[in-house]
Amino acid sequence: MSEKIVIAMSGGVDSSTAAALLKDQGRDVVGLSMQLWDYTRRETSDDENWERKKSGTCCSLDDIYDARRVARFLDIPFYVVNFERAFEQEVVRPFVESYLSGETPIPCTRCNTLMKFDRLLARAIQIGADRIATGHYARIRHNPGTGRYELLRAADRSKDQSFFLFDLTQAQLSRMLFPLGEFTKAEVRGMADSYRLPIADKPESQEICFIPTKDTGRFVERYSEKGQTSAPGSNGSKQDSSQAPASSDCGGPGRIVNRQGEVLGQHPGIHHFTVGQRKGLGVAAGERLYVIETDPGRNRVVVGRDGDLLRSGLVACRVNWISIEKFTRPLRVQAQIRSRHQAAEATLSARDDGSVEVRFDQPQRAVTPGQAVVFYQDELVVGGGWIQEGL
Amino acid sequence: MPRIYLDNNATTRVAPEVLEAMLPCYGEVFGNPSSVHGYGQEAKEALDLAREQVAALLNSEPNEIVFTAGGTESDNLAIRGVMEASPGSARHLVTSQIEHHAVIHTCQDLEKRGFEVTYLPVNREGVVDPEQVARAVRADTRLISIMIANNETGALQPVREIGNIAREQGVLFHSDAVQAAGKIALDSAELGVDLLTISAHKFQGPKGVGALFVRKGTRLRPLFHGGGHERNRRAGTENVPQIVGLGRAAGLAGRSMVEEGERIRRLRDWFEQEAQRRIPEVTVNGPAESRLCNTSNLRFAGAEAEGLIINLDLAGVACSTGSACSSGAIEPSHVLTAMGLSPAEAFECLRFSLSRDTAREDLVRVLELLPDLVARQREMSSPEKHAYSMIS
Repeated sequence: MSEKIVIAMSGGVDSSTAAALLKDQGRDVVGLSMQLWDYTRRETSDDENWERKKSGTCCSLDDIYDARRVARFLDIPFYVVNFERAFEQEVVRPFVESYLSGETPIPCTRCNTLMKFDRLLARAIQIGADRIATGHYARIRHNPGTGRYELLRAADRSKDQSFFLFDLTQAQLSRMLFPLGEFTKAEVRGMADSYRLPIADKPESQEICFIPTKDTGRFVERYSEKGQTSAPGSNGSKQDSSQAPASSDCGGPGRIVNRQGEVLGQHPGIHHFTVGQRKGLGVAAGERLYVIETDPGRNRVVVGRDGDLLRSGLVACRVNWISIEKFTRPLRVQAQIRSRHQAAEATLSARDDGSVEVRFDQPQRAVTPGQAVVFYQDELVVGGGWIQEGL
Repeated sequence: MPRIYLDNNATTRVAPEVLEAMLPCYGEVFGNPSSVHGYGQEAKEALDLAREQVAALLNSEPNEIVFTAGGTESDNLAIRGVMEASPGSARHLVTSQIEHHAVIHTCQDLEKRGFEVTYLPVNREGVVDPEQVARAVRADTRLISIMIANNETGALQPVREIGNIAREQGVLFHSDAVQAAGKIALDSAELGVDLLTISAHKFQGPKGVGALFVRKGTRLRPLFHGGGHERNRRAGTENVPQIVGLGRAAGLAGRSMVEEGERIRRLRDWFEQEAQRRIPEVTVNGPAESRLCNTSNLRFAGAEAEGLIINLDLAGVACSTGSACSSGAIEPSHVLTAMGLSPAEAFECLRFSLSRDTAREDLVRVLELLPDLVARQREMSSPEKHAYSMIS
């Protein structure tokens, strides 16, 4: 019997096509879908105001339905595994807490690392599979010279998802397959059509899967109102909030100030703002103003001119190295600070506390704490980490 | 690959005799039982026969049987119906922590609407203590609802004692007999119940149909309003084919219950002994003796059940982690945790439930598969441990 492979199925075109490709290659394929977030429970609860479900997100029940349909079509065994609790505790809650502490986190990397490539991989191995495949656009190769598994950008640069995969360990990479890494999105859609997959014409999902309304600020507010974040021991009163460390409470309304500290207006809560944001400030000024910092300590939103957003570098923490085993001497890389950012030439150097200093050759706009920074050498992912602060 | 079905507490295969009885109701006997004409009368006759068959299974009068769309509706009708018909002062009911969600969630909903509910704990074997029931009854208690047999463990509850308590205290008594009906003798008089829930698909009948025994004179507010069907207890044109199937299944079960039950019990006991002999650290959840003959809930310490189930299914064996209604649920089984298992322990439990279709060879095959699967599962069980190594 051939090697058993689990395919993580989301019900979308990509993972469905990946499943079809593997099946076509004669592999022994088992489909697994992760149930991560229960939309229906909230829909039918007495709380009528809870975020409404919208289909087309990566893990709604409709998508599990689609995944099941595809699995039946391909005649492969299919199971749903329920990681709702872990997803809430390890992805959603940290996301909200990070937001409330003034950061703009991306939940997808954590979800990839902790759900798909940890829990789901473990489940795959439990059911006798050696490897897990997903519909990600990225490539993996083994480098016999270094003995390391390397992660590379997808052949289709416009679809490349390696940015979201920088946190994978060598053990994880050794057990993963990205069957779509060599194809363009157009080719994948073509294959989905020719396989006659029942979801071939499905639109793509872009937004954060558990915030289908796309209103992140409101989600963060409701979530923390419901007391679902782990409230730290004693919450300081509102007056004390300038002393308090980032609490899990929504700080509520506060002031919008410029870099000089002059009050320009009021904001409804800092979690509605992210660095680089221009719209929705409600501040009249002669020039275009951007959020350049959210300051949870003083519950302020700091705004400034476009030029104030430029940073010459950043500090990255919790860095995961992929193509190299250890970071010992300064490295020249292209550093990418957002999923759609054009990676910028930079030099990496180690700091005493174990974090990594990134110095851009040219200042970069909107370095956002909480977001990821991924280091590339051309197509190769050297490693990546989390932005602690701009420099 | 031959498939082996050991999830009969989730649902059972419709018996051929049952299907045969139902088919004419999708053809010639299509009338509305409320109609005056011959078509209606034929349907009415089929309905009456089914009602007699169910009444016979429960040793009740036919006019004490209300047909419903299944166990969940019967539980809702019993509990909600009694409480909402209750005089204003009687706002309390007593139930247990191991009831089916059809009971527990109905009670929780009633709590939101101003009623009070006591959820009694169980002992380590998953059995309610009748003395605790007696102590929980208050002046304003209207209803006690305790199941006959638990769906996850098969644990039989001391229903007769509870029935006596209910009578002494002048409180109504409902019992969810969904898992017990067709497996053990149920005598509505002897049990002392005022209301009893059954569901056809748990004993070789069709899905989507059940019944509620309602003792004559019991005040009950209907869930649905419409025509005067089912003696004003349940409006809506009767689902004749399904009800006929329920009746036929009740007739079949009544006839074969005792000897089939004994055969199944011997098989089950042998299966448990062998599982424990061949695999280390296997424990049985539920009482050794006082348990449904077909139910085996086993804990494989250190092996995550969700993975085991998938592995067994890939090998052609169907079983479950507990209630089918909560499979894949985030929460550990409320039944097993009420028995004192930790959430992690509850996630290590598998339920095998046999039926009259189960043969010894089926269990032989499962016993061949289980040791290796459990061993592999134990090796890999904690995803938190990152227990996978690099492969090259």
